Amino acid sequence: MTSAASSPPKIDRPLNVIVATDCGSTTTKAILIEKVGNEYRQTYRGEAPTTVEAPFEDVTRGVLNAIAEIEELSGRKILDGDRIITPCRDAKTGVDIYISTSSAGGGLQMMVTGVVQNMTGESAQRAALGAGAIVIDVLASNDGRLPHEKIERIRSMRPDMILMSGGTDGGAVTHVVEMAEYVAAAEPKPRFGITYKLPLIYAGNKDAQSQVRKTLGEKTALEITDNIRPVLEKENLAPARNKIHDLFLEHVMQQAPGYKKLIDMAGAPIMPTPAAVGVIMETIAKREHLNLIGVDIGGATTDVFSVFEGVFNRTVSANLGMSYSISNVLAESGLPNIMRWVPFTIDEQTLRNRIKNKMIRPTTIPQTLDELQIEHAISREALRLALIHHKSLATGLKGVQQERTISDVFEQQTSGKTLIDMLKLDLIVGSGGILSHAPRRIQSMLMMVDAYEPLGFTMLSVDSIFMMPHLGVLSTINEQAATDVFVRDCMIYLGTCVAPIGQGKSGEICADYEIVFPGGRQVKDQLKFGDLRLYPLELNKKARLTMQPVKHVNLGAGAGVPVTREVQGGVVGLMLDGRGRPLQLPSDQQARVASLAKWYQAVDLYPKSDG
Amino acid sequence: MAHSYTPGLTVTEQTVVRRRRVLPLPGKVLVNTGDRVQCDQAVARAELPGKVYPINLANQLSIAPDEIKEYLVKKEGDLVRKDEILAENKPLIKWFKTEIKSPVTGTIESLSMVTGQVLLREPPRMLDLLAYIDGAVVETIPQQGVVVEASCSLVQGIFGIGGEVWGEIVVAVKAPDEALTPAHLKPDMKGKIVIGGSFLPAETMAKAKELGVAGLVVGGIHDKDLRALLGYDLGVAITGTEQVGFTLILTEGFGTIPMAAKTFKLLSAHEGQKASISGATQIRAGVIRPEIIIPQAAAAAAEAVHAQREGIRIGDPVRIIRDPLFGKIGEVSALPSDLTKIPTESEVRVLEVTFADGARTVIPRTNIEVIEGA
Repeated sequence: MTSAASSPPKIDRPLNVIVATDCGSTTTKAILIEKVGNEYRQTYRGEAPTTVEAPFEDVTRGVLNAIAEIEELSGRKILDGDRIITPCRDAKTGVDIYISTSSAGGGLQMMVTGVVQNMTGESAQRAALGAGAIVIDVLASNDGRLPHEKIERIRSMRPDMILMSGGTDGGAVTHVVEMAEYVAAAEPKPRFGITYKLPLIYAGNKDAQSQVRKTLGEKTALEITDNIRPVLEKENLAPARNKIHDLFLEHVMQQAPGYKKLIDMAGAPIMPTPAAVGVIMETIAKREHLNLIGVDIGGATTDVFSVFEGVFNRTVSANLGMSYSISNVLAESGLPNIMRWVPFTIDEQTLRNRIKNKMIRPTTIPQTLDELQIEHAISREALRLALIHHKSLATGLKGVQQERTISDVFEQQTSGKTLIDMLKLDLIVGSGGILSHAPRRIQSMLMMVDAYEPLGFTMLSVDSIFMMPHLGVLSTINEQAATDVFVRDCMIYLGTCVAPIGQGKSGEICADYEIVFPGGRQVKDQLKFGDLRLYPLELNKKARLTMQPVKHVNLGAGAGVPVTREVQGGVVGLMLDGRGRPLQLPSDQQARVASLAKWYQAVDLYPKSDG
Repeated sequence: MAHSYTPGLTVTEQTVVRRRRVLPLPGKVLVNTGDRVQCDQAVARAELPGKVYPINLANQLSIAPDEIKEYLVKKEGDLVRKDEILAENKPLIKWFKTEIKSPVTGTIESLSMVTGQVLLREPPRMLDLLAYIDGAVVETIPQQGVVVEASCSLVQGIFGIGGEVWGEIVVAVKAPDEALTPAHLKPDMKGKIVIGGSFLPAETMAKAKELGVAGLVVGGIHDKDLRALLGYDLGVAITGTEQVGFTLILTEGFGTIPMAAKTFKLLSAHEGQKASISGATQIRAGVIRPEIIIPQAAAAAAEAVHAQREGIRIGDPVRIIRDPLFGKIGEVSALPSDLTKIPTESEVRVLEVTFADGARTVIPRTNIEVIEGA
């Protein structure tokens, strides 16, 4: 199966039984999807450690092991030795297609270049991120580094691929050619395999194409595509993204252990995991006309996706994760920021050692309640930092001239402000082990609420068992199957969080509210600052909430203005968050622990502690 | 989940290791298949291209890029010395003369008529790739390197810092649960591999550096001491290039954890012998664990065996790798197949471990590692 990733194959035969895997950095997850009556359902799942590494060094080993688990559980014979039986031979033998995503082996690591760092440099970065890559460096003519430092940097990095951009079509060519000369002088080597040429995509000023070809054509596997910034006011990322996907499959994956075999086994092009999750997030936002933020928190990286007013963005925080990168979360957030979420005291040395031990043994799981609470505290910080990173890149185009009217004189806004508006946010979708596998769903909900501090009314959901990557790649060959499974088996609505904007002293009134539940039951009460309340409201049910905030508190309609809204239920329910926005946590250690204990108890976050 | 288990660290008296020694860029292989090599012997050599220095002549002389050839004193391919004149203008009045001098000694690699740049390259630097272990060359990879094989005893650590070093093994403590204190380190340990017990405090690290100890192998350290040693908080476990004065290998983890008895016994049995060690650790994207390789003089013709384990079996020696029993060693005594609810309320696959004193406990399967090479 070697068709280009940018143009998935048309599958003519009926697809009634599908097996899909995601080869993650730690585990390979397999799911079985079957057509039951007229709809597709996810029926069984299996997982096994990923085997990119020694002693196996063959990713297909882990795939076969994960599928073997499905075989055991389902009673369906899928494997014939090391081969997947396709298509189905009878009701209990074979599958119609096997598909996969992959982020094993460190994912797709790219270096991008541009002329102006916050213009073409950022556009190139967005193109690479949108294609599912980890961007290891952004080089630009104005990045402050001296020319020889740039060359040294290119030389010392070993990316899987380089994306070069720069200049608008018809503009000056000098800076782009200069960068090409630096790349040529550095003679960059790919991460895997010292004998093959590094793939390089040129997506800059079209007038410089011939010069770039002359400079880099011999030294790299050069591909030329449309300019990602043909004019200053427009970004054209799709051609570069498609090219990245194609080269990922043709070059990069061919070098990783066992991937040639994996590509042959699969009935559709292997997608980088984040690209597949991005496809799903974009589909949800479009279908439901929502502004959403999606997060996939893994062991090594945290991906954040957003769709605001139809604009899709993705970022990856390459070193924020819950196992391999857990120690980096501590390094970036600092110990006090993690400790503020832990509802007990623990000495610094013990905590630091525990975090490092998780880093060196990344597959272990919390065995006691306090260990679980520490991991949840760390995940709040990883989620928070990844969103800050996302906000800084999910921006409007920079350097664009804006028309100003007289009214703008008093409200000057620079170009390139973040697109993420928490007040306009409709839905947060969480995915990844710590969110999908939290023992109680309320734990996932509160981790996301604490990390993101949603404003006003926001729905929250999680990926039930982490299958968004599988459905992302599935949607490229059979959209109905992907949608059916997504709605019925993947997305679990947790409920709605209502968070008034404003701060006040603990115990002061924040808002009066009235909830009319389905069936007519009414609740009238006051939300005080420092309160966290949870009302059960079933999945697919709606309640009517009227809230009258006090005069300095805002629910989205203005300070002191009452709001009446229908709120969606979920497996957790309706959460009223009176803890203030920005969120207020007591600075005193004892008071903080007491507040956390009160909140956690109010929403029944953890089982009663035995100690 | 028969296939789901954490492969453990190897601690074995007799094995055959093969180490692939590959240059970072194509070069020349200096040895032949079948040759015996010493750890400090060069097996391949490459010329690392020199650093590149671009100079924008067009900007510096205020001329058009396509005019630079007219102003150059030297040609493409010429050698230049530091401060030698590369290019100059020819004004009518001498005072306005501008001379561009070479910032380095090297060659003029290329000129660009589009950007007006001249690229200067420093002379190449020789890079010798050493064998790392005493052994035999079993494969040569043209232009890239070799595979060296050695019959040896092997101990894998869990985490390390620092690169490849070699030296004589010295056991500095009496028991695996004894901490390695500064008093244990003596001047004659310079250039040697010192084996400690349960813990390595910061003061001992300082003394080891002062004495010039080549390597330290201990059960555990505190994270705060590692941070002090490195000067930064290690975020991701990709190590091997640190230069802290010695190579450090942890056999158990972070905290005070006695070295596994088997590991301590094996290393003690080889006191006085030469070992090659590497602190390189990479847990993500291709596991590399630190290692202690003790080549055996008599090159036993044992085959390199990769034990392809199919999973955990009853009787397997295991190490618990998560709190609250972190570091304890026992034996698998039961493998229930049903999911079991643990105190966090997660339902997971578990196993039962029996300790030497007969006590039993139930542990999630992901929280143990098999002690390999038993």
